[in-house]
Amino acid sequence: MLRFIVLRLIWMVPSLVAVSFLAFVLIQLPPGDYVTTYIATLAASNEVVDQNTAADLRARFGLDQPMAVQYFKWITGILLEGNFGLSFEWQQPVSELIWERMALTLVLTVSTLIVTWGIAMPIGVFSAVKKYSFGDYVATFFSFLGLAIPSFLLALVLMYIAAVQLGQEVGGLFSERFVNAPWSFAKVVDLIAHLWVPVIILAVSGTASLIRVMRANMLDELNKPYVTTARAKGLSEFALLVKYPLRVALNPFISTIAWLLPNLVSGSIIVAIVLSLPTAGPMLLQSLMSQDMYLAGAFVLLICALTLIGSLVSDILLALVDPRIRLE
Amino acid sequence: MSEIQSAAATVDNKRLAVASQWQLVWWAFKRHQLAMIGLVIVVVFYVIAAVPGFFAVNDPAMQNARAAYHPPQALHFVETDADGSWRIKPYIHPYQLRRDPQTLAAVYVEDPNRKVYVSLFGRGYKYSVLGLFETDIHMFASGEARQPLFLLGADRLGRCVYSRIMQGAQISLSVGLVGVFLSLTIGVVLGGISGYYGGKSDFVIQRAIEFILSLPTIPIWLALAAALPQDWPATTQYFMITLILSLTGWAQLARVVRGRFLSLRTEEFVVAARLDGASEGRIIFRHMLPSFMSHIIASITLAIPAMILAETSLSFLGLGLQPPTISWGVLLREAQNIRSIATAPWLFAPGAAVVIAVMALNFLGDGMRDAADPYNK
Repeated sequence: MLRFIVLRLIWMVPSLVAVSFLAFVLIQLPPGDYVTTYIATLAASNEVVDQNTAADLRARFGLDQPMAVQYFKWITGILLEGNFGLSFEWQQPVSELIWERMALTLVLTVSTLIVTWGIAMPIGVFSAVKKYSFGDYVATFFSFLGLAIPSFLLALVLMYIAAVQLGQEVGGLFSERFVNAPWSFAKVVDLIAHLWVPVIILAVSGTASLIRVMRANMLDELNKPYVTTARAKGLSEFALLVKYPLRVALNPFISTIAWLLPNLVSGSIIVAIVLSLPTAGPMLLQSLMSQDMYLAGAFVLLICALTLIGSLVSDILLALVDPRIRLE
Repeated sequence: MSEIQSAAATVDNKRLAVASQWQLVWWAFKRHQLAMIGLVIVVVFYVIAAVPGFFAVNDPAMQNARAAYHPPQALHFVETDADGSWRIKPYIHPYQLRRDPQTLAAVYVEDPNRKVYVSLFGRGYKYSVLGLFETDIHMFASGEARQPLFLLGADRLGRCVYSRIMQGAQISLSVGLVGVFLSLTIGVVLGGISGYYGGKSDFVIQRAIEFILSLPTIPIWLALAAALPQDWPATTQYFMITLILSLTGWAQLARVVRGRFLSLRTEEFVVAARLDGASEGRIIFRHMLPSFMSHIIASITLAIPAMILAETSLSFLGLGLQPPTISWGVLLREAQNIRSIATAPWLFAPGAAVVIAVMALNFLGDGMRDAADPYNK
């Protein structure tokens, strides 16, 4: 077991290096750099920047050095000092801007994951046990529908219904009086009261595919002899289901974190932009639009690293639950 | 009775025995009703995508200041006269633009006394069919040139939403095809190498696939799309977007191809061909490829909707295709703020088109996956 975990942890290293490099290359891609954008903004307000000032600015931000040097400086800063560089647009260190947003992103993603499982598991089991029943068809239909509706569209429709029919604003994660308030118990309660809207929106698409997985897994197990044996012994149907086939069918469920998480994170970014949540999404989009490269890079890096860690956790969990995997 | 049945079964068996693999796949597919419905819808959508101009009513780019947020007009098919006689002659009641005397907001009032007839295969604006020739015949056309027909209403600039959805189908649906084709090329080459040769290259490619699949795609797409200059011509932008989408899309397909190659590599007929001295190319293309072609097609069908959704999301966020290019994602940008969807809920219509297309493709792909292996069962 220890061997498995150590090996898996060692595998994380090249992945994380690759992700960091990817993030850096991605933010380097746009033609021009922040100084170009900055000069363009100044020019729009009739201020002229001469070549020397531009060169000075570039030297100050280290933009005149070769890419490998910039990457090396960037990554050592992050690893050794937790310094993600300076956000050009906000004129603040990136690390001051991102942590609260990343934390809220994490809260949103984890709660969505839990809700997704909570919805998908019972429906999947039901679908499998009552195969080809009316309820099964309804579940199947809705899971296909859930797969087909882009999450941002669902968010828009919900916003429309809330605004026009109920006369309420959905959007944001906090009430007005809590937005800038320091963290307190009341603020947490307020967060939970707002959190369910994006959580439900995000859960819909994930639930759809999970129901299919759960149903297929259960169907595989339900016909096995051990189920018949247990039934022959007179176990009640519910106790039987929960005790044996469900536990076996749950294993692949844990491994779904690995592919559910990337989708969830992707979806949460778009939904956050539509609902203007104070999570990573809107700020990432904004920073990409204005080529605020260190800020964008920090988000891309952290979001990808978070997903990789998620799949690491799911692998370890799976190995804990299923001896076949750790002995392989 | 049983004799007849067994006779029918023999006939059926004879048919089965001589049927080609594709016939078997087709028979298995036909049993899947949802997939058949999906197939019909997908065919209709792609016909629309091929000649959107024929299905459109108004020029999708034409702005009309007197029709901003014009509500959808109901199409009446049957005309009844006062004496009770009726005939099938589609018409609409035209709307009149009035100003609210207090707020000066535009209000559209239906005029039930006037009728504008809608002609089937009538003449409208000029469009080109697949770039081959020009025509002005449309499926529906307004009988009076001065009265435009807004089947699904109009947007902020008075452009016909229905016609724009038809036009958008071309880009949105073809992004799926082109993107999947690109991913398939990468996926088949890498997945093929990985599955057929195995060993070190398999290990490296496998790790690369796992890595790509474990990354959230949206931030990467966003970053890549943000790097595209906004002033590129529409076609270049279109190809760059599809390229970006396939950069991550190939991994899934490569995985399928690899799995198929792995399981086929040790099959008797492949070993026999190899011992017979067949060249590698012949083994792959003549012996292995045909036996998993149907699986590949099924996975492609399931990959197209993901591409369509991806393009829609990117364009919706403003980092994908840019107006004046018309795609469903670009159209949905009109529905981005709560103010405009509150006044004009019909701006959601392109979203419905996306959902229907994606669902139909999913049903189709699901049915194809089930039918892909006719020897199964």
